Amino acid sequence: MADFDQELDASGLNCPLPILRAKKTLNGMESGKVLHIIATDPGSVKDFEAFANQTGNELMESKEVGGKFEFLIKKA
Amino acid sequence: MSDEKKLAIIATKGSLDWAYPPFILASTAAALGYETEIFFTFYGLQLLKKDLDLEVTPLGNPGMPMPMGMDKWFPVMGLALPGMQGMMTSMMKKKMASKGVADLAELRELCQEAEVRLIACQMTVDLFEMNTSEFIDGIEYAGAARFFEFAGTSDICLYI
Repeated sequence: MADFDQELDASGLNCPLPILRAKKTLNGMESGKVLHIIATDPGSVKDFEAFANQTGNELMESKEVGGKFEFLIKKA
Repeated sequence: MSDEKKLAIIATKGSLDWAYPPFILASTAAALGYETEIFFTFYGLQLLKKDLDLEVTPLGNPGMPMPMGMDKWFPVMGLALPGMQGMMTSMMKKKMASKGVADLAELRELCQEAEVRLIACQMTVDLFEMNTSEFIDGIEYAGAARFFEFAGTSDICLYI
């Protein structure tokens, strides 16, 4: 996994909390910085894709690692 | 005029289960950059109380999944027994907490933080003689025309 600047562990949280926490964390980050998110909600895979499409933040990576879902989002 | 998308929601229900959709959708929309308003009317006004003492009822709700196959051994009349609503409510709360579903008050706070505007129907407040000191701060009291001012320019309008 590529480098990231900040990390958010949203494990155990269900929809829509992973998205809301991610948005809040991104709000405090500078443009171009990368956020690494870990989630256990299977719905988060499609949700982070949709979040990126609608907000312009880039979803650089989305993968499953040992039953957890990991995402890299670059702030627009 | 901003080019922000807009979501207008009317929240009409005051039970624990139906309290979720307005707050989940509004907070998510706000996170996606939507300008969002929720208009609370009739039983929906319960969702604005500081003390969110909401319950869920299995009565008149054949689609509600019951724990431990309870729907099999309780006929409809059984669901009306005293204490049944309290029991279903506590089971639902436990289930939600164990699945990491957001606490309602937390979700509402997230909405307010994200500048979702919460509007209480003035007519309902008067009708039921509700005490506005029981409501959370930061809400607006207004009528139907105020709702349409925003809803008329919205991209999505939901009645929940």
